[in-house]
Amino acid sequence: MRFVLRSREPRWLGPAAVGVAVLLTLALTAGPIRLAGAAPVAAFERYLVTPLSTPNGVAEVLLSATPLLFTGLAVAIAFRVGYYNIGAEGQFLAGAMATTLVALSLPDLPAPVALPLGLLGGAVGGLLWAFLPALLRRRAGIDEVVTTLLLNPVAVLLLQGLLNGPWRNPETGFPDSASFGEGYEMPVLFGSRVHAGLLLGLLLVAVATVVMAATPLGVRLRAAGQSPTAAGFSGIRVGALQWRSALVSGAVAGLGGSSQVLGVQHQLTGSLAVGYGYTGVVVATLGGLSALGVLAVALLLGDVQVGAQSASIALQLPSQMGGVLTSVLLLTVVAALSVRRYRLTRLTRLRPAAPEPVPRTPVAARPGGD
Amino acid sequence: MDFPVVAVIAATLTIATPLVFGALGALLGERAGVLNLGIEGTLYVGAFVGFLVAARTGSLTLAVLCAVVSGALAGALVALLTVTLGVNQHVAGIGTTLLLVAACDFANRLLFSGGSQTTTVTFDRWFAGLPPFAQYPMTYVGFLLLAPAVWWVIRSTGAGLRLSAVGENPEAADTAGVSVAATRWTALVVGGALMALGGSFLTLSLLGTFTLDIVSGRGWICIALVIFGRWRVWPIVLGALLFGLFDALQLQLAITPAFGSVPNELLIALPYFVVIAALAVRGRGVRYPGAYLIPYRRA
Repeated sequence: MRFVLRSREPRWLGPAAVGVAVLLTLALTAGPIRLAGAAPVAAFERYLVTPLSTPNGVAEVLLSATPLLFTGLAVAIAFRVGYYNIGAEGQFLAGAMATTLVALSLPDLPAPVALPLGLLGGAVGGLLWAFLPALLRRRAGIDEVVTTLLLNPVAVLLLQGLLNGPWRNPETGFPDSASFGEGYEMPVLFGSRVHAGLLLGLLLVAVATVVMAATPLGVRLRAAGQSPTAAGFSGIRVGALQWRSALVSGAVAGLGGSSQVLGVQHQLTGSLAVGYGYTGVVVATLGGLSALGVLAVALLLGDVQVGAQSASIALQLPSQMGGVLTSVLLLTVVAALSVRRYRLTRLTRLRPAAPEPVPRTPVAARPGGD
Repeated sequence: MDFPVVAVIAATLTIATPLVFGALGALLGERAGVLNLGIEGTLYVGAFVGFLVAARTGSLTLAVLCAVVSGALAGALVALLTVTLGVNQHVAGIGTTLLLVAACDFANRLLFSGGSQTTTVTFDRWFAGLPPFAQYPMTYVGFLLLAPAVWWVIRSTGAGLRLSAVGENPEAADTAGVSVAATRWTALVVGGALMALGGSFLTLSLLGTFTLDIVSGRGWICIALVIFGRWRVWPIVLGALLFGLFDALQLQLAITPAFGSVPNELLIALPYFVVIAALAVRGRGVRYPGAYLIPYRRA
């Protein structure tokens, strides 16, 4: 038996591979859940079903999904044109810090001015944090993966430095910024904690979908992402597209940080650096780098996050299991989607005239060649 | 004031030690054509497993051994994903890092209730009386044993030749009878073990305890050092020393009264900027290994 590349792929295979990956994820995480003293089935129910069973739970899921929508979209925008921006974490925090700078400098603005200004600040902050790696890539050909990654811990340090230093809360003395003025409170929706940041995220998803599907720019972006060389030959300036996508990606991630401080915290705190940006890589990848996919996966992971909190209270299952579940799902899905490209066949005779079948050398039997 | 030269040199060597292990581990994978972004998580897992075993058994030897095994397994996971299954290396690496960090945090919470003030035995410094030479055993191993060994293996052995052949031109290597998959698997497993050794240095030599921010981007520094060193052993070691020097300097500045008003965090961030600046200067027009990031499939 050996694996060979499929020439044609049946329609059901992709969804089936994802289904297998989901089952595999449940099987792989059941062990650690049991080790922690919880029943796997009850835990999975907590993770996936319980949050969606009450209106309040649904609202919490939407709230958790909101930052992931931004970071997921940011990563997808960059990855789509072959620019590996893994710095959404830093850009998200930079956006939050820039918004805080605006809010603390101009505390008394009325909401119609304050909110757009705060969001604009966030977008600019994220863009600036993405600027240096993008510039180094464009001007000097320096790998953006390393530089975007390196700026993530720097953003965390800057955040901590600001909170321990100039922005330390004057009243409590805690390393949190002062609360923002009233004008900087994002309107909430349906009387819950869900805020208008979600609408902004949905708007960005809609814009990205339309741009990719129905504009000449979308055609160029898709071409540049699928085959940079071929796109270059057909006159598309791939480098320029990557440069602009990198900056847009940073701005979108920055908007996410901005929406989080304006909509949820109303102040800057250290609890913002919990990996929304890294999770954005998961969201973008599982979402197939499409805006609608990002939306679906952000909701799913929001569900798991809320479920992880509820499971830690109800089942004493540490909430970190949510992160384990998410990352195992990522790895099993990408693995299953990769395996799906192959089919298993009987080892065929390569030389019909040979007196005996081709011996099964280890090299030939290795899946996918080596 | 008189500048404490000896203390800075000693601190430079200590700080550079985990980077030497991590970066040389990353180098092995990259020479074979595979970028292992699981490095941040592998350092973390090495630090955690080393700490866990030392805290539970009191045996440093066993702790280091278990850390090495955990790192080899982490390398095997990356190899399975990128070499055997041909998954995008950025995604596989980041996913591995996320998984390992989440898994360690989960285990840490279960076993130590998250607080993690538990401390463990640590290695003693050798030559404790001679300031610049008063270093942990791992520092000596890293600079005097590991670096020359990796240099020699890559430069002068058949294994090293196969490694580079597979990383430069896998088609040619395959035609010549070198198994691309086996070579890449070996490089990633050994590389993962080295990374975890570097991680275990943080808990078993430096701190004696485990904290959630113990690695804080050192893995990404290692990846940068490999590019800075242009995939050669000694320039990478030099890069690690350079980072160590700036980190030691900022530690020194932080306790210098004249710099008392500068926020500590900005000083801590300084070496990261040095690395980015160094990349901006040295990273221009570097030649990556020929098969960098490209999965190999027989036509």
